[in-house]
Amino acid sequence: MSQKFRLESGGLINRDKPVTFSFNGHELKGYDGDTLASALIANGVHLVGRSFKYHRPRGIMSAGPEEANALLQLGEGAYTEPNARATMEELFDGLVATTSNAFPTVKYDIGEVNSLFSKIFVSGFYYKTFMWPSKAWKFYEHFIRKAAGIGKAPEEHDPDFYDKTNAFCDVLVVGGGPAGLSAALSAAATGAHVTLVDDQPRFGGSLMAQSGQEIDGKPALEWVDEAEAKLHDLDNVQVLRRATAFAYYDHNYVGIWERLTDHLPVKPEGLPRHRVHMMRAKQVIIASGAIERPLVFCDNDRPGIMLASACRTYVNRFGAKPGNKGVIFTNNDSAYATVLDLIDAGIEIKAVVDVRKDPLGPLMEKADAAGVKILTNSAVVGTSGRLHLKSVEVAELSDDGETAKSDVTEIACDFLGSSGGWNPTVHLHCQAGGKLDFDEERGAFVPAPSNRTNPNISVGSCKGAFGLADCLAQGFEAGQEAAKAAGIKFRKSGKAPTAEAVDEGNRRLLWLVPGKKPLGQSGKHFIDLQNDSTAADLQLALREGYRSIEHVKRYTTTGMATDQGKTANVNALAIVAQTLNEAIPTVGTTTYRPPYVPVTFGAIAGRDIDDLLDPARTTPMHSWHVNAGAEFEDVGQWKRAWYFPQPGEDMHAAVNREVAAMRNSVGILDATTLGKIDVKGKDAAEFLNRVYTNAWTKLGIGKCRYGLMLGEDGMVMDDGVTSRIAEDHFLMTTTTGNAAPVLGHLEDYLQTEWTDLEVYLTSVTEQWATASIAGPNARALLSELTDDIDLSNEALPFMAWTPGTVAGIPARVFRISFTGDLSYEIAVPADYGLALWQALMTAGSKYDITPYGTETMHVLRAEKGFIIVGQDTDGSITPVDLNMNWIVSKKKGDFIGKRSLDREDMSDPNRKQLVGILTDDPKEVLPEGAQLVEVVKDKPPMDMVGWVSSSYWSPNCDRSIAMALVHGGLKKMGQKLYSPQADGRVIECTITDTVFYDKEGNRQNG
Amino acid sequence: MKNRYSIFSLIRNAFSYHQEWPPAWRSPEPKKSYDAVIVGGGGHGLATAYYLAKNHGMTNIAVLEKGWLGGGNTARNTTIIRSNYLWDESAKLYEHSVKLWEGLSQELNYNVMFSQRGVLNLAHNQHDLRELSRRINANRLNGVDSEFLNPEEVKKFCPAIDLRGGGRYPVLGASLQRRGGTARHDAVAWGYARAADELGVDVIQNCPVLGFESHADGSITINSGKGPIKAGKVGLVVAGHSSVIADMAGFRLPTESRPLQALVSEPMKPCIDTVVMSNAVHAYISQSDKGELVIGAGADAYISYGQKGSGHQTEHTLAAICEMFPQFRRVKMMRQWGGIVDTNPDASPIISKTPVANMFINCGWGTGGFKGTPGSGWTFADLIASGEPDDMNAPFKLDRFKTGYLVDEHGAAAVAH
Repeated sequence: MSQKFRLESGGLINRDKPVTFSFNGHELKGYDGDTLASALIANGVHLVGRSFKYHRPRGIMSAGPEEANALLQLGEGAYTEPNARATMEELFDGLVATTSNAFPTVKYDIGEVNSLFSKIFVSGFYYKTFMWPSKAWKFYEHFIRKAAGIGKAPEEHDPDFYDKTNAFCDVLVVGGGPAGLSAALSAAATGAHVTLVDDQPRFGGSLMAQSGQEIDGKPALEWVDEAEAKLHDLDNVQVLRRATAFAYYDHNYVGIWERLTDHLPVKPEGLPRHRVHMMRAKQVIIASGAIERPLVFCDNDRPGIMLASACRTYVNRFGAKPGNKGVIFTNNDSAYATVLDLIDAGIEIKAVVDVRKDPLGPLMEKADAAGVKILTNSAVVGTSGRLHLKSVEVAELSDDGETAKSDVTEIACDFLGSSGGWNPTVHLHCQAGGKLDFDEERGAFVPAPSNRTNPNISVGSCKGAFGLADCLAQGFEAGQEAAKAAGIKFRKSGKAPTAEAVDEGNRRLLWLVPGKKPLGQSGKHFIDLQNDSTAADLQLALREGYRSIEHVKRYTTTGMATDQGKTANVNALAIVAQTLNEAIPTVGTTTYRPPYVPVTFGAIAGRDIDDLLDPARTTPMHSWHVNAGAEFEDVGQWKRAWYFPQPGEDMHAAVNREVAAMRNSVGILDATTLGKIDVKGKDAAEFLNRVYTNAWTKLGIGKCRYGLMLGEDGMVMDDGVTSRIAEDHFLMTTTTGNAAPVLGHLEDYLQTEWTDLEVYLTSVTEQWATASIAGPNARALLSELTDDIDLSNEALPFMAWTPGTVAGIPARVFRISFTGDLSYEIAVPADYGLALWQALMTAGSKYDITPYGTETMHVLRAEKGFIIVGQDTDGSITPVDLNMNWIVSKKKGDFIGKRSLDREDMSDPNRKQLVGILTDDPKEVLPEGAQLVEVVKDKPPMDMVGWVSSSYWSPNCDRSIAMALVHGGLKKMGQKLYSPQADGRVIECTITDTVFYDKEGNRQNG
Repeated sequence: MKNRYSIFSLIRNAFSYHQEWPPAWRSPEPKKSYDAVIVGGGGHGLATAYYLAKNHGMTNIAVLEKGWLGGGNTARNTTIIRSNYLWDESAKLYEHSVKLWEGLSQELNYNVMFSQRGVLNLAHNQHDLRELSRRINANRLNGVDSEFLNPEEVKKFCPAIDLRGGGRYPVLGASLQRRGGTARHDAVAWGYARAADELGVDVIQNCPVLGFESHADGSITINSGKGPIKAGKVGLVVAGHSSVIADMAGFRLPTESRPLQALVSEPMKPCIDTVVMSNAVHAYISQSDKGELVIGAGADAYISYGQKGSGHQTEHTLAAICEMFPQFRRVKMMRQWGGIVDTNPDASPIISKTPVANMFINCGWGTGGFKGTPGSGWTFADLIASGEPDDMNAPFKLDRFKTGYLVDEHGAAAVAH
């Protein structure tokens, strides 16, 4: 019979909807409403994985996000997902799961050989060995890496998509258990905008695992359903299921991870797999519950050993039996609830092993009355069963609890539920910067009261209030408190839901349960099940001087597994405290960091993938370039036409043709991408005086000027032409890639340093489309398209601009040049960019107008020795280094970088300076980025004196040309340099000046 | 070494249930005075103490640590080691460091797991390619191994990369430093601490420094959480708080402190066997021996001492990783954290004398401190021992921000016309 561990009735599963799934290739059945873990348990599957280091057989140990053992590989091919916690995966028809970290099978895993060496493979053993011979680490590492890891990473492109949204609300409630629901209801009643999130498919939290609870006089789950319905009907409430609040950043910025399709057998088209909600909440109420803490006893890791509360969850919520005959091992009264429910379900409880000498508590009394065998002052001191628990050994404890008596009773059983008390889930509270107090009585860290820097409110069991009545009352109060703090005005009304208060009974905190032999000599007391760290490992770390809890964590890897120590950390630090004979709060906790549970990369990236990671910017003329067959290069965020190859042309041929065509007749370049900043205000000229090295006050309206902008360090940061539009109005251009940083830089100064200046900056890069026409026929071409602009040298000289009409479009025509030839930059409103371009192409056909791209532009400007900031400068170059002293005003007042230019090293004649370079063989083109030396040696190291920043074949010079930054280069004209290449060749060259073509500069004045 | 670590000592100790292992270092109370005191028990501070003892025979020295050893950036970085720096001054320092890394496990008798599985720096556009070529050529002529890989070679070297880069960031090439790689970060601090302790250095934890007092004889009294300690020389190595301690000592630094974040995925079987870095998408990734993807990015933009970061940075970093490795979208982030990096205006460290006599400072390693640990300790020890700069550390002196002799490793180079 399948599902032989399924109870006849009960549970929140839909028995009318059976589900088929596959586990390690076997077809198994479960029900809708199961988790993968509960279905495996119902099918009697106990062995679900192997531990990280020793490859010990492991079974499901929890029913929640704290699961350390049942990490399965889900799905296949491109859809595969490593390390899925079986306890959190909802079952669906067709689910495929396989075990991880086992070869060839989970039953017979050769990795288990590691267990044989476990006496050597103690914590930190790898720091002490694998050091010989000295180069062998990579060899050892190869095998260590193969043995490590858990699941397998997907290898194919993820076909799913993910979503991310930014959201806000008045009150965010984390957790849909009784405290969270109560809080959401009371906050919602005030009219506040409330978001309630819970990581399960349905609300109720711990109530789903319990039985017999009543709220407001009705069965608890009925109350939950009513609460849910009420919240659903309210417009001011947003409810998210399958949604985990995983990160709590500063200022109530909370990341919520919602799973939308993982539980569906057929994934609906168009629905993202996951969605992250980045929630900015005015107030946050944390009602995240508590996680049961296992007892640390000898060989506490066998399949069949789980948390007592997990046993109860499987029975009550899923109608699945953890086994047929069990032992419950506890130090407190709460585990007796499990005992009672299991007995009700017909499961045999062989014994309750209770470490308390005189256990008190209403549940214990009930169990006692029901005739359950209770062994007090006793402990489980050993277990047996390799692949599945067969029996446990029980012995009476000594008075101090540090040793067990030698009289041992063996109890046959197939499962054991252990409870060492409860750890409030304080993760989000701590991520937000909240502090913790230690509750000595319960042995638990609880949130310290909220304060100004950490205003969130914890309620319910995550605050250490484990009783249902307290949870409801705290939630109700917090809901109103949060709404008030969020600024909602309301009249207090309603009252908290009520439940019967129950006495928690007493506890005996026995952090380390003794075994039959001294610790570490026989069997293992596991602390962190996944990482195989044991109590003996903790003590070894302390013995070796790793005493800070952070050292202990790192040396033993305790708490560093995928569950991040949800069940391990408090036990570990308590044992550390005990060993060091210090108080638990003195030892302290390690840092709680996001995420609370592992979250898919894809969900955090959201839609910022593929083209949307950094959307490409294209100009209005882009489609024309595409149709013309242009190749593009990425410049900043822009796609720029790189060159326009004709059939059969490579880049070299195309560029040679484009360069010659421009110099001989007319070329056209799309210059739209240059950054454009509109500078306006009565102090605009003074502002430019301060940001550029040269003077701006006297620039006439209608005139243009080239400017260099420095950083505070005196180094060239950007350049461009700025034109005066009106007395109080300039248009600044920047390099394509630097437009945004320059705007940020300027705003920074305006807003923080020069608050006295009245200047307004507006980015207008995308408002204008610019076509640059250049060449001897540029004027003739333009004159055919305008009748209201006088293009004569007198009316529109070099470095002037004018408004006018071009091809019927209102335009600004700038007579500026980056080619050294007669050139006009025609800017029109962006929507007319394509029309302008087409008109120029049509009118230009009689001049054989040739479109050219950035590569040709680079060659043309290099022929003239014009620099490109970012190519011929690198953040360590001053205007002086560029031989551009002429642009640094000596007369005007302060400007950014001025002070730095006066530093003594700035005038060192041996600084790197921009020079031209000619190869001795004119056909040889130096590679850009080549390094230059004065003396060639047989092999490195060699002293470098400079490097080649720009290098091209120049068709107009009929030879190669290059620019380089060379130490003391300006004084070394005519000197020979050598460039040793990676292939061993040495290119010989000579230093020259940087202007290679039209040295007199006649052409641009044409 | 008294208690040498080896497979034999492990086996021997297994017989006594590992009860006989001695502490890796003593936990001494501070003496009244030392020849030199290093403030800061991170990797750099402990390395400095070790090399002072080893190379200069100074054994009457102490390391004072406010918290736990290696608890600052040593504990928080992404463990990448490389020396393919552009400038001669940096290349010399980092290359010396890599050479020390290459024998460090044996030198310290502590396995720091230096794994030379290569570091790839990707180029995504023409500008990147030019910069790459410049750096590779400079590395080569400085004797630092560095080679160019074309896209096919990149794919062969690291099959996990999507050369399409999501369409926006295609891989056009990469530089490869084969001798680069990763190491086990905690082990570096612990290994140096143990080896320094063995040479007689007092490593004192939980001992914050509260102030300094200079004396006419040139000595300095350190007011510490464990009382006054007199020192002939003082070395400050407190990344994340450099400007705070300088202020305590009465001088100023041009240093900014900002959060730098990192994150790891859940552990998985080997899926990426090298280190991949991309400046353009701003992320880097490797896989730890435990199987976690270790991922880092740029520093947060704001100044802070909070050792955590903003959510935005993580969102951007993971988007960048998914662009280069779209198959990792289904992988899960397990933990994220932050450290505080001290950054100087030229993104190079300060290893220097200070305006205070007999006080030296080593700070401002920015995001590159871990890889520099051995070289930093070595050259800082040289500086402290001799009192005067030498070829390796002279370019990193504090007054370069006055003279303008910068070693500008970040530059403003990321723009194009």
